[in-house]
Amino acid sequence: MDATFFLNVTSGGLLTGLVYGLMALGLSVIFGVMRVVNFAHGDMMVVAMYAAFLLFTKLGIEPVPALPLVAGGLFVFGYLLQRFLINRFLGVTEHIQFLLLLSIAMIITNGLLMVFGPDARNIQLDASFESYSIGPLVLDKVRVIAAITAGGVAALLWAFFRYTTTGTAIRACADNPVGARVVGLDVEKLYAVTFGIGAACVGAAGCLLLLLMDVHPHLSSDYTLLGFIIVILGGLGSLGGALLGGILVGLSEALSGVLIAPSLKSMFSFGLLILVLLLRPHGILGKKP
Amino acid sequence: MTAAKGNSPLLSVENVGKSFRGLRAVNAVTFQVPRGDIVALIGPNGAGKTTTFNLIAGALPPSEGRIVLDGADITGLDQARICRAGIGRTFQIVKPFAGLTVEENVMVGALRHDGGDVEKARVEANKILRLLELGDKASHPAQSLTLPDRKRLEVARALATRPKLLLLDEVMAGLRPVECDRMVAILTGLNKETGLTILLIEHVMRAVMALSDHVVVLHHGEKIAEGTPAEVTSHPKVLECYLGEEHE
Amino acid sequence: MSALLSDRRAVLLLGLLAVLVVAPLGAGDYLLSILITILLQAYLGMAWNVMMGFAGQFSLGHALYVGLGAYAGGALFVHFGTPPLIGAMAGMLVSAVAGTIIGALGFRFKVMGVYFALLTIAFAEFVRVLFDHWGWVGASSGLFLPVSNRATDDIWMLRGSATMFYYVILGMAALGFAFSRSLLRRRIGYYWQAIREDQEAADALGIDVFRLKMIAVVISASMTSLGGLFIAFYNNNLYPESIFSMHRSIELMLGTIIGGIGTLFGPILGAVVLTALGEILTIAGNAIGIDGIKQIAYGVCLMAILILKPGGLWPWLRQRFGLEGGAR
Repeated sequence: MDATFFLNVTSGGLLTGLVYGLMALGLSVIFGVMRVVNFAHGDMMVVAMYAAFLLFTKLGIEPVPALPLVAGGLFVFGYLLQRFLINRFLGVTEHIQFLLLLSIAMIITNGLLMVFGPDARNIQLDASFESYSIGPLVLDKVRVIAAITAGGVAALLWAFFRYTTTGTAIRACADNPVGARVVGLDVEKLYAVTFGIGAACVGAAGCLLLLLMDVHPHLSSDYTLLGFIIVILGGLGSLGGALLGGILVGLSEALSGVLIAPSLKSMFSFGLLILVLLLRPHGILGKKP
Repeated sequence: MTAAKGNSPLLSVENVGKSFRGLRAVNAVTFQVPRGDIVALIGPNGAGKTTTFNLIAGALPPSEGRIVLDGADITGLDQARICRAGIGRTFQIVKPFAGLTVEENVMVGALRHDGGDVEKARVEANKILRLLELGDKASHPAQSLTLPDRKRLEVARALATRPKLLLLDEVMAGLRPVECDRMVAILTGLNKETGLTILLIEHVMRAVMALSDHVVVLHHGEKIAEGTPAEVTSHPKVLECYLGEEHE
Repeated sequence: MSALLSDRRAVLLLGLLAVLVVAPLGAGDYLLSILITILLQAYLGMAWNVMMGFAGQFSLGHALYVGLGAYAGGALFVHFGTPPLIGAMAGMLVSAVAGTIIGALGFRFKVMGVYFALLTIAFAEFVRVLFDHWGWVGASSGLFLPVSNRATDDIWMLRGSATMFYYVILGMAALGFAFSRSLLRRRIGYYWQAIREDQEAADALGIDVFRLKMIAVVISASMTSLGGLFIAFYNNNLYPESIFSMHRSIELMLGTIIGGIGTLFGPILGAVVLTALGEILTIAGNAIGIDGIKQIAYGVCLMAILILKPGGLWPWLRQRFGLEGGAR
């Protein structure tokens, strides 16, 4: 194996990692603001992938143009879910909350299984077979498109939290929910918006990931765990940390896939999760709770 | 009243200090708690009372100095070991075992004795509960108690470990004057009847005046005065720091 | 306790036990298999309950101990003809060691609550992939126990009829119940509950929190591994994919959550409700030809319980029918 090969694998992993990062961003936003551990995150991801799949196969809309539609749909789903269900569980014991999201995950995954069956689906675009060459470096076109779009969505999110009134209000809720209520913010609504935004991030990430991978219902728990690995690595609640964690995980996945048997790849991820849980409970960029 | 066992103090805090990342919270504090006495630790907000309390209770390890209980060095032991060495504590923000009954809460403390015999612990728990006027609520879930009852449950649970020294962290805070007087009566009674030694942190001055044999005043992490309640309240430095605080 | 027979719950329990003992006389194959499923679910739920319900340590990776117990007993039997009783000890030992490692790491590094649950999932999945590649136990193509002499019951080798398996799991569930009950009424039970309710306050009462949490993990893991052994010998086949799966971990705790976490009867009641529901839905699903409906119903059931009776069905029933008897 030569240097060029490694360079290609590394850059491929890096680009995929950005899409992972976008997915994890959603998880991080939801946790950072409401302290809710979204155990249905991977399930929402798979829902988005199927939505993009349907839009392409039934209506011929490619994933990138479909992104606003899917993200918007997921936003509404997340908003309603928080408003009418999760909101009632905000004050309760941690494990009850966790179990609630687990029940949502069970319903989603098996719902998808009923509708789509267990087989893997994928889409083929013209771009799927094209690539860019920069010197010795060869990059898949779809991977580049996915990564750039993911970066763009993340930048939009950052700008939203930084420059809009709603974004600032949400940050206020995260810092001090009681204080936010005292100054007259509609905390319930802002929480619902936050969950919607978190879901929209996953929606966007799901569209982009469909460009790179097959989808089947049982992927959901893998993606949930992947999301946790990334955010715990980067620090729960930290936006930059989620992207950085995503890139690290994308890289390590790509490299371990080459260096060790592909079927052992997941063992590597779980080993990583164990290490991350033990050694970095606050993550690379996270703050102490 | 002073119990036997010579004149050595039960608790001796010697030159104890604590820094948080270079910030000195407590500096070379020295004082003693004689056997059978009630000693109060007072001072304005941020004086280092709670830190000192946590150092004695083992919630934090001291940066320097020595803490000796009944002749044994307990410096730097963790909370559980300090309890086993003979110090029972309460929490300022009460921590009842909410899902258990009042009786069971106290039993958990009492189970340290008699080889963990559950029935003996139950008997002892009920005895202590009666002492704290909680006897009729023994079978209630702890989460159903009102704040004054919860405060007394804290005391009962700590007492059940049969401590040599009882550490009370603002047990009067949040109580109405009547409830406060009741707690003072209960604690004085315990002290008179069993010779229990008590060290308390307190903001409620009338409770401090009514209860303590001896008062230690902390300010900016240092001891500025000690003596009887009357001596301390007329001490110029104490007046200065309390009045000074009001001007801030 | 001296008041055992005057206790209405004791009467209820003995009645239940009596019915279960004579049940195989009147039950057909189908009903017997359902009863076995219920008792197995109840037993595993009791094992999980020791760790989560009593000591408050949330494990979402109990499939690990099921798998270790199943593979220890199964592989020793397949390769050396080792009697299941010996295999059970090996499985308990391996599970206890695994539990010790997870517990020691998690508790020492202060990985708490949901993070601890994630840690347990990660370990279970890690070991699943490991077994997927371990040739000696058949790797991903599975391990098969030789089926022979189904006509005669050999309890020593656990080879025999469904009725024999029924009595084995009935015994396990009864012992599991008695054991849980005795744990809960001893000092250790009170200490565990104290830790569950407030770890810091427990610590301040002189309780060795770390040690007690470790004991809970080890007991729970060992108990669970015996359930795994039963599954191995009852099903005669083992696949890492299914025995170590997260779905198993979830289903294992579901009954106890529905019945009532931390209660003694909760795991039994939950197992009955869950298995009955599962069977009805499987039949209904087959009738209308839809897959996956059972899992959705489990999800809905879990959600409904969390919304309506987060403490579980048993505490609510107990209150309604005046079965309050001091202990839970």
